[in-house]
Amino acid sequence: MSSVRVLVGTRKGAFILTADAARKRWEVEGPHFAGWEIYHVKGAPADPDRLYASQSSGWFGQVLQRSNDGGKTWETGGNQFLYEGTPGPHTWYDGSPHPWEFKRVWHLEPSPKDPDMLYAGAEDAALFTSTDAGQTWSELPALRTHQTASGWAPGAGGLCLHTILLDPNDGGRIVIAISSAGVFKSDDSGQSWRPANRGLRSNTIPDQDAEVGHCVHHVAMHPSRPDVLFMQKHWDVMRSDDGGESWREISGNLPTDFGFVIDVNANDPETIYVVPITSDSHHFVPDGKLRVYRSRTGGDEWEPLTEGLPQKDCYVNVLRDAMAVDSLDPCGVYFGTSGGQVYASPDGGDSWTPIVRDLPPVLSVEVQTLS
Amino acid sequence: MIQVVLPKNLQILAGVGRVVELEVGGTATQRSVLDALEASHPSLLGTVRDQVSKKRRPMVRFFACEEDISEESPDAPLPEEVASGKEPLLIIGAIAGG
Repeated sequence: MSSVRVLVGTRKGAFILTADAARKRWEVEGPHFAGWEIYHVKGAPADPDRLYASQSSGWFGQVLQRSNDGGKTWETGGNQFLYEGTPGPHTWYDGSPHPWEFKRVWHLEPSPKDPDMLYAGAEDAALFTSTDAGQTWSELPALRTHQTASGWAPGAGGLCLHTILLDPNDGGRIVIAISSAGVFKSDDSGQSWRPANRGLRSNTIPDQDAEVGHCVHHVAMHPSRPDVLFMQKHWDVMRSDDGGESWREISGNLPTDFGFVIDVNANDPETIYVVPITSDSHHFVPDGKLRVYRSRTGGDEWEPLTEGLPQKDCYVNVLRDAMAVDSLDPCGVYFGTSGGQVYASPDGGDSWTPIVRDLPPVLSVEVQTLS
Repeated sequence: MIQVVLPKNLQILAGVGRVVELEVGGTATQRSVLDALEASHPSLLGTVRDQVSKKRRPMVRFFACEEDISEESPDAPLPEEVASGKEPLLIIGAIAGG
């Protein structure tokens, strides 16, 4: 009998939510690492009992946690994330040069094939890798030293590397995204990188279609079609059919195309989900209504999904790593809010129920489908 | 035995109570106490001071005998009351954020 395990990172700890394949009755377990910010928790596809968590604090820095038993017990890994060489400056909010400083790990991405291998996306932006289950880390410095890097400037959340997509068919191909530099692509396991932002337009930069400088919030990919990428940019929902070489807008009839999350249905790579947010100055859903929008056409045409979601007096946000899908049929969709709710839909978005309503603000949601 | 009082978040991380007792050889200094603390509880590596530079993290303070000794040299001897175990060395997360 299949089951699902939802891994939730919050401002004050991690929670693990479990249910059988019906996804109706949930057990809530936690907090793990109470009081710490948990930016991300993710399981290794090659060993579902191997979990990794990024634990951090403005006071006490970065900690890496690892579990070998599906989150029942945890042990600390290595937390030395050192930039290779002497890092140069990036651009600060006011345009002045600012030294590159490690602050935290935003996203952990285990290899699809080896549970001991994983990547870590950091603020200030850099990509680190470990081949010993997170005990030691080394930077893939070609990204941070890219010729455009001195011009990268932080988004409101910091200069963070928040998206890491590994091509399941090509071990050397990696797509990452940085706020607010944009998308970068490597075909050689991170030894070299090139910007992949053609087609993006951003009115927050002087040259609106510049090679870099776009505030990409999240990028999603269906594993069966790694060349098709979906992006929620600061403003605009975008699509690429050529692995990020070019992008076109698919915002269509969305009520607003600002937002953070985007994800792809596990059973239909043309069905995608976003949660529109009012604007960059109003980080809450429009009109007091929490609505997930689904497109069954790979974009452009969107329908609001509201059943079971609050449709009045709701002013939450959904952050960039806080949506995930399981691989059951029908596909389960999950997201967490700044108000501490984690919602689940066991029917591809048709209806929603809160698994839990009163967690600390949710930073990330991942899900594992267990057999 | 030297007593070190940890803030709650580090107690949780290290899986210990409020007070950690440490055997420190030689002169008790911030550096020697932190060396002993990290050796006995490796999960605390990098959380109180930088692992490479050994510099105190900006929002961590050290108190002893009702004094803030954070800015003192890491190699300065700690007060006799701390060295003798009569008073603890307090590691504090600075008040910030309301």
